[in-house]
Amino acid sequence: MSALVRRYGWPITLFMTGTTAVWLVVMVILPALVMVEYSFHPNLPVTKRGGPEDYYTLTNYAALFRGIDLTTWTFPNDFTVFIRTIWGASLVTFLSLVVCYPIAWHVAKIAPPRRAAVMILLLVIPFWINEILRTFAWYIILAYQGPLNAALLGLGILDKPVRWLSGSGGVLIGMTYAFLLFMMFPLINAIETLDTNQVEAAKDLGAPTWQIHRRIVIPHAKPGIAVGCIMVFVLAASSYIVPALLGSPGTRWFTETIYVWFFEGQDWPRGSAYAFILLTLCITFIMLVMRLFKVGLADIAK
Amino acid sequence: MSRDVQLDHVTMRFGDFTAVSDVSLDIRAGEFFSFLGPSGCGKTTILRMISGFMEPSAGAIRIGGADMAGIGPNKRPTALIFQNLALFPMMTVAENIAFGLEMRGVDRSARRKKAMELLDLIALPESADKRIDQLSGGQKQRVAIARALAVEPQVMLLDEPLSALDLKLRQHMRTELRAIQRRTGLTFIYITHDQGEALTMSDRVGVMSRGRIDQVGPSHAIYDAPATPFVATFVGENNVFAGTLTDAAGGIGHVETAAGPLRASLPEALPKGAPVLVFVRPERMRLGPGPDGLNTVTRPVSHVDFEGNFVNVALDSGGGAHGRAMLVQLPNDGRVPAFEPGSAATVSFDPGQARILPAGELAKE
Repeated sequence: MSALVRRYGWPITLFMTGTTAVWLVVMVILPALVMVEYSFHPNLPVTKRGGPEDYYTLTNYAALFRGIDLTTWTFPNDFTVFIRTIWGASLVTFLSLVVCYPIAWHVAKIAPPRRAAVMILLLVIPFWINEILRTFAWYIILAYQGPLNAALLGLGILDKPVRWLSGSGGVLIGMTYAFLLFMMFPLINAIETLDTNQVEAAKDLGAPTWQIHRRIVIPHAKPGIAVGCIMVFVLAASSYIVPALLGSPGTRWFTETIYVWFFEGQDWPRGSAYAFILLTLCITFIMLVMRLFKVGLADIAK
Repeated sequence: MSRDVQLDHVTMRFGDFTAVSDVSLDIRAGEFFSFLGPSGCGKTTILRMISGFMEPSAGAIRIGGADMAGIGPNKRPTALIFQNLALFPMMTVAENIAFGLEMRGVDRSARRKKAMELLDLIALPESADKRIDQLSGGQKQRVAIARALAVEPQVMLLDEPLSALDLKLRQHMRTELRAIQRRTGLTFIYITHDQGEALTMSDRVGVMSRGRIDQVGPSHAIYDAPATPFVATFVGENNVFAGTLTDAAGGIGHVETAAGPLRASLPEALPKGAPVLVFVRPERMRLGPGPDGLNTVTRPVSHVDFEGNFVNVALDSGGGAHGRAMLVQLPNDGRVPAFEPGSAATVSFDPGQARILPAGELAKE
């Protein structure tokens, strides 16, 4: 603060810190607090708010788990959706990593600078298009009579068309694509900083390609992998458009459940509680990944 | 004589640029061989071709008699020590050393045992479980050597591995490298632009310039009997007098130069009238005129560097001698006079201490 004052003087410093603080408090912290406060109330008509029936309660949180019966192995609908979202987001994260790693390796270490620049440009340009349009493009590609089925049939890989959009396939493919760059760039950045001599040293000492990656490249790129996984998981878990467009009734996402409670069920407290549970899930995942990859916030900030 | 590494008319081109041009050379088994040359002379390219990271554009490389064409670096009996060492920071010292064995499927306990043996060899027995960043520069150096030795290579390739160390440590590591080479009996191929390193450690030195090998020989031959003007000026200091050969008799040539007529030993027969260069080392010059004014030069003193055991006196080039200052190195025997810059000094040399070579390219100052 004093350094800022010394550099810019009081008026500008107050303006900069003041506007940032206002933005943070009014736009981020207060709405979140209002939502948290909402989530601990029962759902009441406006007339009864603040009355004797309005008290703090955990029912909205408990609602997600109410009805779980392990003896008969039955789960309530919302809970199933919640678990499917965790599983789906994890799968999307894993798929992104598998798809991005070879490309990132190629861009960062194999391709000559010009080709690397062209490849990055080709990766980025599609993302100039609106996310909804991109997702619609996948809707067309994956359609039963669409070009993907036509191509696979034409090549003789399939002998009858697949209904990509009726299972989870469409959602997984769509999300992997939608958040590709959030995995790609942390990976490229991390791999780029690896000293190429280390790769050559490993090779010189007899390491085959897969061992070079297992022992040298992946350990070095760990912070980048962690960042990519965190980004993609969080974005996938809280994605609404992709599951709404490419999913089917059987593949509802937790964000859709939250939406339904807010706007169709008119139960804002329940919706708030669910949203807060989703937020907790994401924070838990972030902490788990940081623990698993043994990286700290400082590594990730790099 | 067993030939361990054989370069057979090896050429390496990058587009229009020829980095290595038709180099043929036999390096003997158990020899400490250095490639010495300025940056960009092609020495690193040669090393990378021997190690397998590059394939020559033409010619063949044989190790132990076997042609290495198409054999990758992980399949060659060579181990490379990188300029920046390239130790693996995410592994412990012992894991670094045992990495090559791990890749060969050696089991954990045998790897550990071998790593401990090598740590004893490099005198770091306590460091097995340290992280790489806990080591000093010299210790990292030794770990890099141990890591390369662990795979029991036939040939060790070293790419200026001492260049990052400070002077004292560098001199110490020279002795140590040489000792390790003697103890293991392996062939060492060493790349350097530092003539001190090349001359002190090597059995033989190959001096390179512009993708070619100018001269191969033991250190003293390189220094005392340089084969080309480039070698004469790249290895150690040399004073140069440009002139024309006027006469030759009994291995002594007469050369007419801007500094007057000079006599010097003539190692190869040259026709009269040939453009030549006369080379004299600064430490082979002495103060005062020669007998009957033979090989005597009088020039103004430009500056004097006092080094303690030696006094280096620089004389004005006088426009000739490729514009280079003339250097005279006098042992500090207590009789060196106090030179005043600007005052004239007379120096001379014996014909046997100077050398005539056909005119050619000099090393950059």
